[in-house]
Amino acid sequence: MRINKYQTENIVKIVLGIVTLLIVVVLFSIIAGIFIKGIPALSWDIVSQIPKGGYYFGKEGGILNAIIGSLYLAVGASLIACIISIPVALFIHTYLFQFPKIQKRIRLWLDVLWGVPPIVYGAFGFNLMLLMGWPTSLLAAIITVSLLISPVMIRAMDETLQHVSKDLFESALSLGFYKGEIGFRFLFKQAIPGITTAFLMALGKGIGDTASVLFTAGYTDYIPESLTEPAATLPLAVFFQLSSPIPEVKARAYAAATVLTIIILVISISSRIISKKLSKNRTT
Amino acid sequence: MSTKTVDLASKTQIDSRKIMTKNSSKSILSVQSLNLWHGKQQTLKNIHLNIPEKGITVLLGPSGCGKTTLLKTFNRLTDIYPDIRTEGAVLFKGQDILNKKTDVYSLRQQMGLLSQRPHPLPGSIADNIRYALKLKGISNKTEQNHRIEFFLQKVALWEEVKDRLKSSSGSLSIGQQQRLCLARGLAIEPKVILADEPTSALDPISSRKIEEQFKELSQEYSIVLVTHILRQAKRLADYVAFMYFGEIIEQGLPGELFENPQTDTLKEYLSVGH
Repeated sequence: MRINKYQTENIVKIVLGIVTLLIVVVLFSIIAGIFIKGIPALSWDIVSQIPKGGYYFGKEGGILNAIIGSLYLAVGASLIACIISIPVALFIHTYLFQFPKIQKRIRLWLDVLWGVPPIVYGAFGFNLMLLMGWPTSLLAAIITVSLLISPVMIRAMDETLQHVSKDLFESALSLGFYKGEIGFRFLFKQAIPGITTAFLMALGKGIGDTASVLFTAGYTDYIPESLTEPAATLPLAVFFQLSSPIPEVKARAYAAATVLTIIILVISISSRIISKKLSKNRTT
Repeated sequence: MSTKTVDLASKTQIDSRKIMTKNSSKSILSVQSLNLWHGKQQTLKNIHLNIPEKGITVLLGPSGCGKTTLLKTFNRLTDIYPDIRTEGAVLFKGQDILNKKTDVYSLRQQMGLLSQRPHPLPGSIADNIRYALKLKGISNKTEQNHRIEFFLQKVALWEEVKDRLKSSSGSLSIGQQQRLCLARGLAIEPKVILADEPTSALDPISSRKIEEQFKELSQEYSIVLVTHILRQAKRLADYVAFMYFGEIIEQGLPGELFENPQTDTLKEYLSVGH
């Protein structure tokens, strides 16, 4: 029996459709699972209070320490990563403009760094702490996470800058601007939507990462008041509470996971909205 | 067919140095024995050319013959391609601009470039001219505004944009963008205008406007115009160099060159060109 083109087309369509549907259902069920278990345990007290005496035995308190700790950590790390990433991305597209082979090697290296498991960054941060004699602290975690998210951020900015026309660079050069000036004045402006997206992407990755902060941030029931104090983070709050045998505490782990998921969703959605708005205002 | 044409070209090639004598007016740029390699491939071969001061010099020839590359050696944009190597000299005000010691930033400010597609810089219409003025060290706001108006009038864009100078330059039509880029180029007060097929992306009406601007500007500036459009060359040229496979096959005054071509290659180009 010969299968004609229409039948083959239908079979391919059905197979691809089923695979897509399966993936969407699985991913959706993960989010739904977190929400179903987390929302009943969620209350104003959980998000507005720090743990009180007996919290880990199911008594009063909340995870405000972890929410604030995570936000401090992610925002701090993203800002540092931004300070590192913008010059690197601009350097690749200005002074290395004429060396495509070097550009390719740097991109490969960044992709490798992007693929390195976060626990390795955690171990690096831990060794750095020992070397410098620092205790587990917000600062150590910020540095570790900023190193973890820098490759992603540089590559995201690099991708945006690749879409900025090479002719714009030539045009500006032919006016007599020097390369660094072109980078900061024009390429940077053109790439702002991409840079904003990259920042928010990195913020999302930074806030959700557990392994890199396991050794470096420590854990505390208090909101850190300085960079040298340890900080609680939401991923670790989930981890610690989930391993508790007490059902109330386990439920709060899901509440923490729900808060984390909502924060990441808000970051992702706002990054899309902001990037779309900024793209509209771009020149060319 | 192309092999045959190349043979004809090499057989009938006229020594461009002899032809140069036809161009008796004072020259602003003088290209001497210029050879250029792109990696192992030679893109420009033994170029001799004197660009006259004031007026429009047209570099005419089919696509890929090296016209744009020759143009980019004049403002050293060739520097940004590491596999490009040059030999010979391009004299501007008696100095060899290919010399490594040449200040490329000041050179580029004396050679305004208008590329195939307009590339306004990020910012408003006024900002685009302001960037050039700032490069010239003009920081006084009133003086800047005065000059913005002056240069926009010079390219006949002022009336169209005077009420929306603060709008994004991306909001202009492509023809207007090209005139804005021309105004921006003029604002750095160049001695030479290098134009690389500046009308190729434009509609006929916008193209005609740019051509009219060029005719007017040629009274004050030396313009080097790269084009493959024969009719445009005939309309605009005060001097023509016909390029083919990296060589200048013929050069001279347009009347002589178009009426009495010496080589079979140019004869063929003139018979099939548009």
